[in-house]
Amino acid sequence: MKPLVPVTPAARIALGIAFFVVFVAGWSLATFGGFVSKTFLADPLQMLRSGWTLMTTMGFGWDIGWTVWRVFGGFLIAAVLALPLGVAMGAYKPVEAFFEPFISFSRYLPATAFIPLLILWAGIGEAQKLALIFIGSFFQLVLMIAVIVGNTRRDLVEAAYTLGVGDRGLIRRVLIPGAAPEIAEVLRMVLGWAWTYVIVAELIGASAGIGHMITDSQALLATDQIIFGIIVIGLIGLASDLLFKWANRRLFPWAALGR
Amino acid sequence: MSNILSVRGVSRTFRSGQGETLALQATDLQVAENDFVTILGPSGCGKSTLLRIVAGLDHPTAGEVQLDGRRIEGPGADRGMVFQSYTLFPWLTVLDNVCFGLRERGRARPEQLEVANGFIAKVGLRGFEHHFPKQLSGGMQQRTAIARALANGPRILLMDEPFGALDHQTRELMQELLLGIWEAERKTVLFVTHDIDEAVFMGSRVVVMSARPGRIKLDRPVPIAHPRHYSVKTTPAFSELKAELTEQVRVEVRAAQAQAAAS
Repeated sequence: MKPLVPVTPAARIALGIAFFVVFVAGWSLATFGGFVSKTFLADPLQMLRSGWTLMTTMGFGWDIGWTVWRVFGGFLIAAVLALPLGVAMGAYKPVEAFFEPFISFSRYLPATAFIPLLILWAGIGEAQKLALIFIGSFFQLVLMIAVIVGNTRRDLVEAAYTLGVGDRGLIRRVLIPGAAPEIAEVLRMVLGWAWTYVIVAELIGASAGIGHMITDSQALLATDQIIFGIIVIGLIGLASDLLFKWANRRLFPWAALGR
Repeated sequence: MSNILSVRGVSRTFRSGQGETLALQATDLQVAENDFVTILGPSGCGKSTLLRIVAGLDHPTAGEVQLDGRRIEGPGADRGMVFQSYTLFPWLTVLDNVCFGLRERGRARPEQLEVANGFIAKVGLRGFEHHFPKQLSGGMQQRTAIARALANGPRILLMDEPFGALDHQTRELMQELLLGIWEAERKTVLFVTHDIDEAVFMGSRVVVMSARPGRIKLDRPVPIAHPRHYSVKTTPAFSELKAELTEQVRVEVRAAQAQAAAS
């Protein structure tokens, strides 16, 4: 191994899978070998068996559907509102000066600490869960989008002006297209955070969802079901991440060139 | 020939925490229609500042610039610019980069394509219309930038060391290419460089600027007929002018270094 020397694609995949194998092997050793009590940690086979039961007889697919809808619903609302505000802040410095201090402050408010308030204001229905995801992702998105738009290369801006664009044209034809790939990357990253918020929202006061199943299982000491739930979250997260990456590559082929 | 561009008493002072720096002394310059004026000077002499003021990207502290008798207040499509850095829009193909200005002015797509394809052919990039800038060499990117500026039909073309980042061989080919286009199109060009060969070979008139604070210290017509072939670089007329300019620029580079050492 030498620092910063790239690996071949095949080796990359093999190494990535290898760690999963090592991880499951360690888990199997700890559980099948009797080093850890079954009460505290179910073995991999037990986990798969109860996962199968959850899916086939206990309607866990329904829970997954609810969770996915909440994540994407809350995230979509946050993104739709954050995009215009972030672009306006990045492009116009007075707008940035007006909003930036408050949003920087809000960003550090722990979203999960709002749960009691949100339950008070919005009850324990869907609105509360969407609101939590919104709080957790909106402020982060706005700030990062504003920074990206504000960092547009000044020489490109000047070139556009000498080609006769006005201020609106500059935003529409230079600032937004130039920032788009990085904004898409930020959306991908913050969507990952939205997943952690949805589970927390579902741990408290939900009647369906992956988080709800996990709290129910806790009461029964069903570690196999809890682990299965966590793995499902991980897999959905991984899938949406890959989908996002693929879409970004398709939408912005120019951004991937020469990297 | 009538004057198209008129720079009158333009000076520029930069203010910073340490105080004021005079970058450009009150400068006058008249540029005639169809002229190719090269501005030569040591780095930091304010020649780029002057060009940026003409482009409207910077504002003079005093004085004014007029294009066709109208005072310049900001950047506009009537003054095309080619920068030293690569400023093609990376998200647009060569073709769409060249169409950029036309599209902004609401020209119909078929007209955009006709104009753009014409200039792409003139800069020798036929076959690369659908490439993205990152897929092109530096020389090809600057050729696209020239096509992009010309496609907009500007009254004057401003060039800020456009070949400064290119290797020597590419640079010489680009000089011939641009000169060929100028001889065919007869655009008015204001061209900033610190390369004396380039200034003499390209320009019909060479203006030498002094070390900071910049002012115009010499203004010479280039006594070489057009069209020019690269072989003119070995003629006595070329060498004579080059020798004089070399001497003049050397003095200024020395002065600039002495200033830098003193501050």
